[in-house]
Amino acid sequence: MSGPEYSLLDGDVCADERHLAIEDYSSAVPRWCPGCGDHSALGAMQRLLESEQLKREKTVFCSGIGCSSRFPHYLKTYGFHGLHGRALPVATGIKMTRPDLHVFAIMGDGDCCSIGLAHWLHAVRYNVDMVAMLLDNNIYGLTKNQTSPTTPQGHKSNTQQQGSFLPPLNPLTATLGITNCSFVAQTADWVPAHLFQTLKAAFHHQGFAFVRVLQRCPVFTAGIYQDAVRHPDNVELLTHPAGICDPDAEGLYKNHISHDPADLHEARRLAEGGNGKFRLGLFFRDASRPRYNETRALPKYTAEEKIEILNAELDRYAV
Amino acid sequence: MSTPSVTPSESQSAPPASGAKPEILRRSEHTVEIVSDSGEGAQKCGQIFGAVSAKMGNGVWTVEIIPAEIQPPARSPAGASGNRIRIGTHTVTNWGDRANVVVAFNEQVLLARHRLEALAEDAIIFLEDMWEKHEDEQVRAEWQAALQELSRARYRIIRVPMEEICLTVVDEARKGKNMFVLGLLCTVFQRDMARVKAQIEHQFRTKSNEVRERNIALVELGVRWAEEHLPFRIEVPPTESDRPMVVMNGNEAVGMGAMAAGMDFMAMYPITPATSVSHYLAEAFHKMGGVVHQAEDEIAAAGCAIGASFAGKVAFTVTSGPGLALKTEFIGLATMTETPLVVVDVQRGGPSTGLPTKVEQADLLAALFGQPGDAPKVIIAPATIEECFHSMITARRIAEAFRCVVMVLTDANLATGVQPFPRPKLDPRWQVRQPDQRPVPKDTRPYEWDARSGLSRRFIPGQPEGMFVATGLSHDEASRVSYVAATNALGLKMRSRKMAVLSETLRPPEVRGDATGDLLVVGWGSTKGAIEEAVDRARAKGLKVSSTHLTFLAPMQPGLKEIFGRFRKVMTVEINHSDEPNDPFITKENRRLGQLCWLLRAHTLVDVDCWSRCYGEPLRPDHILGGIERMFTKGEKR
Repeated sequence: MSGPEYSLLDGDVCADERHLAIEDYSSAVPRWCPGCGDHSALGAMQRLLESEQLKREKTVFCSGIGCSSRFPHYLKTYGFHGLHGRALPVATGIKMTRPDLHVFAIMGDGDCCSIGLAHWLHAVRYNVDMVAMLLDNNIYGLTKNQTSPTTPQGHKSNTQQQGSFLPPLNPLTATLGITNCSFVAQTADWVPAHLFQTLKAAFHHQGFAFVRVLQRCPVFTAGIYQDAVRHPDNVELLTHPAGICDPDAEGLYKNHISHDPADLHEARRLAEGGNGKFRLGLFFRDASRPRYNETRALPKYTAEEKIEILNAELDRYAV
Repeated sequence: MSTPSVTPSESQSAPPASGAKPEILRRSEHTVEIVSDSGEGAQKCGQIFGAVSAKMGNGVWTVEIIPAEIQPPARSPAGASGNRIRIGTHTVTNWGDRANVVVAFNEQVLLARHRLEALAEDAIIFLEDMWEKHEDEQVRAEWQAALQELSRARYRIIRVPMEEICLTVVDEARKGKNMFVLGLLCTVFQRDMARVKAQIEHQFRTKSNEVRERNIALVELGVRWAEEHLPFRIEVPPTESDRPMVVMNGNEAVGMGAMAAGMDFMAMYPITPATSVSHYLAEAFHKMGGVVHQAEDEIAAAGCAIGASFAGKVAFTVTSGPGLALKTEFIGLATMTETPLVVVDVQRGGPSTGLPTKVEQADLLAALFGQPGDAPKVIIAPATIEECFHSMITARRIAEAFRCVVMVLTDANLATGVQPFPRPKLDPRWQVRQPDQRPVPKDTRPYEWDARSGLSRRFIPGQPEGMFVATGLSHDEASRVSYVAATNALGLKMRSRKMAVLSETLRPPEVRGDATGDLLVVGWGSTKGAIEEAVDRARAKGLKVSSTHLTFLAPMQPGLKEIFGRFRKVMTVEINHSDEPNDPFITKENRRLGQLCWLLRAHTLVDVDCWSRCYGEPLRPDHILGGIERMFTKGEKR
C-alpha cells in the first residue's frame, strides 16, 4: 500500500516522529466478548501498525455494522464506522481522493457477503489499494444469532431454528472468481502469528488485498472450527517462497501444500476445499493488476488554474 | 421534388415567384416544436435551433419532449419525441403555452401534441407527407384518420416531402431529416447561417468530418426548400446585449457550477434525468483534475462521496427520485457524522419508477424528511438554469461551513431546458481551499459543538492529533459512542441548531407585484417563470395577485408568516399531486395537499391552499392563470 505522499502536506507539518509502541495505536478498551476472534484480529492489526510504524494520522479504518465493525474504535487512527455492508464504498472514496492515506476496510460476514455484496464484488474489480479484512464468524452476533451467508448448512440459529437451509457461500471462491482480483488470503483467529504475517503481506500488496479471517463467536459459533483448533491435521497450510511465511504455523501444521500464489486456477481449486480441511495461506497474488485509484489519478491544479480552465469551458457555451 | 400542397383547412398562397419578397411576420415571441419518433434526431435539431437563437440575442427557453423508452413504437402518439423552443425578443422564463410553429415527422406524433392541446389555434405546421402514399395500407388509413381529426382545428398545415428530399443526399433519410428541418426552420426564422454551421460543428464535435459535412449539406437543402416554397418569414427581433452571455441546459449548469465551486469528486449511478450531469462532467471534469466515479449502485455513489468528503473534499452525488430513496441511509449517516455532502436530485415523476423522463416536484418532502430519525439538512431549489450554476457554489460552501448535507432539488424541466444567462464571473474564492493538514490543537474534540451555534471544527485525516472515529452511532463531542440519553439529546439539538443559524443568514423572499393584495402565489423550483408570467397576466386583468418564490426550502427563509399576512389568501403552485377539492370523498379535512403547501402550513400556521398539476410536463402560464382565477371565484375567506 504505498503511494505518492500528499504533496501539500509534508514539510510544514510537525509530524510525530518518535517510535510508536503498540499502546500508541490503542484506543478504547474493546467491548467484545471474551474469546471473540475479533480480539485476535485487533491484536495482529496493532502489531502490524507498530511494526510498520504507520503514521496514525495517515491511517484510516473503515467499517460497517456488526461486532467486528467496532474495530476502528479500538485503534488510535482515523476511522469511519458507517453503515451495515457499506465499508467499501466509503473506503474507496477515501483512497481515490487521498492516495497518501493507508486505508483498511473491516467487515463481518453479514456486512461483506450479504447486505454489502455488490460493493465487495465491485471493490475487487476496482482493485483500489487497501486491505479488506473479512472477520468471518459465520453468524450475526451483534443482533444475536441469525444465520449469515457463511453459516454452515444445518447450523441452528434464531432465524433458521431447524438449521441453516442453504450451503454456505464461499468467500474465497467468490473473490477469486471476480475479474481483476489481485490478492486473496485466508487465516484464522487461533493462529495469531499467521494472522499477523497475512496482514503484513496484505498491507504490502499493491491493490485490493482481501483477507478472510476464520474466527469463532464464543457465544453463537464457538464450535465451528473445533476440528481445526483441536486437531491440526485438519488444517492444510499453503506454503511457497512467494507466499506467507510463518514458522510458527509451519511447525504446528504438518499438512503443507506448496502453492504458487501466481497460479489463479490452482488457487480456485484449492479455495473450493472439498476434503473437509481448512486451508490457510495466500491463495492468489498479482500485483500487476490495474488499480482504479491510479487509473483515475489526475494532476491537481490551483484555484487560478482551475478558473482559467473553466473560463475556457464557458467560452464553449458563450453567446 | 413535389410541390407542397396545403391541407386540410387552410389555403396557402402559391410559392413565391423567383425574386418575390416573402411576407415578414413580426412577433415579440414565438414557440416552436419539433416532434418525431424517438431516434430521429428532433431533439438535436431543437437544441441547435435554440442555441443559435440564444447566441443571436433572443430570449430562449427550450424543453425536451421525451418518451420514456429508447425505441417506442414508431408512428405512435406515445412515442412523440422532440423539443419545444420558445424564443422572444426579451428574456423568456418558461416554455409558454401553445406552439405557434410545429415540425412533425409523422402525423401520429403531431396528433399527440394536438390532443395535449399543445398547439396554438393558428399554428403553422410543417408535416412530412410521405405517409399518405405509404405502401402499407394501415399507415395510409392512419394518415387519413389523423388528418381528419386535425382538420377540426384551424391549423395551417404545410406538407413537406422531407424523406424524398433528404434521400438526394443521404441513404437513410430517417437520420437526416432533422438537419433538413433545421435548415427549414432557420430560414423561416432568419437565423444567422454562420452561427448555425458553427453550432453544428460544436454539437457533432465528437463525430467525423464526414458527418458534420453531411449535416451541413442537409441544412442547406432545408434552406433551399424553404426559400423556394415558403412565402413568409417570421421575425422575432433579438435584443442587443452588451452583457456576455452563456447558454446551456440545467444539468450542464450543475456540472459547471460544481467545478466553479471547486468540487472535484462526483460519484453517481446512471439515472434519468440526472445522468447527463455526469455526461457533461465526463467530458470536462478531468481537465481540471476532477473525477466522475460511476459507482456500482446509488448507495455506493453516496458512500464514495461521503468517503471523499471525510477525507477532506466536499464531494457530490447526482441522482433522481428512485436513487434518492436508495441513498437515504447514507444521507442520514452524513448528517450524523457531520460530513459535508452535496446531493443533487433532478426530480422526475413518481412514485417508484414513475415517469422517468418527465418533470415533477414531488421529492420535496422525501428530501426533507426521508431519513428515519431526525436528519436536519439544507434544501436549495434553483428556479432557473443560471441558479442551477450558482446553487452548486452556495451548496458547497454551506455543506462545508455547516458540516451538513445540502440537497439541490432541480427537475427534468431544468435538466434539459436550455436558457441563456449572464456569463458568471468566476471567483477564486468559490474554489475550495486544500484540506487543512495542520496538527489539531491539543484537547480539541472532533465535535466540539459551539454551545450556541452547534458549529464545530472539521478534522481531516492527515491532521496529526486529530485522530477520531466518525460513527453513525450516537456519540459525544469526542466522537465516543454513547448511549447516554443526554448525549444523544445534545447531538440532536446541535445538528438542528445549525439550521437555525443558517436561517438567520437568509433574506426574506421578494414579492413580485404589490406587497399586499387578495392572493399571494408561492412557488419553488423550475415553475418560477411560468408562475410569474401567469401572475403578470392576472394583474393585467385587474386581479390583486402577487407572487413569491422560495429558493431555500430548508431551512425556510425568514419572514414568510408576515408576508402571508398581507394577503387575503395564499396559494402554492406546484408540479405534484394534490387532491381536487371537489372530487369524491375529498373534504377540507382529508384533502392531501401539495408538498410545499403542507410545509408552509406547518411553518406559518397560515391556511395556505394549493393548485398543483402533474401531467408530466412543465406548467403552462395559462393553466396557472386558470388556477388563480379559480381562487377568486371560490370566494371563500381565509
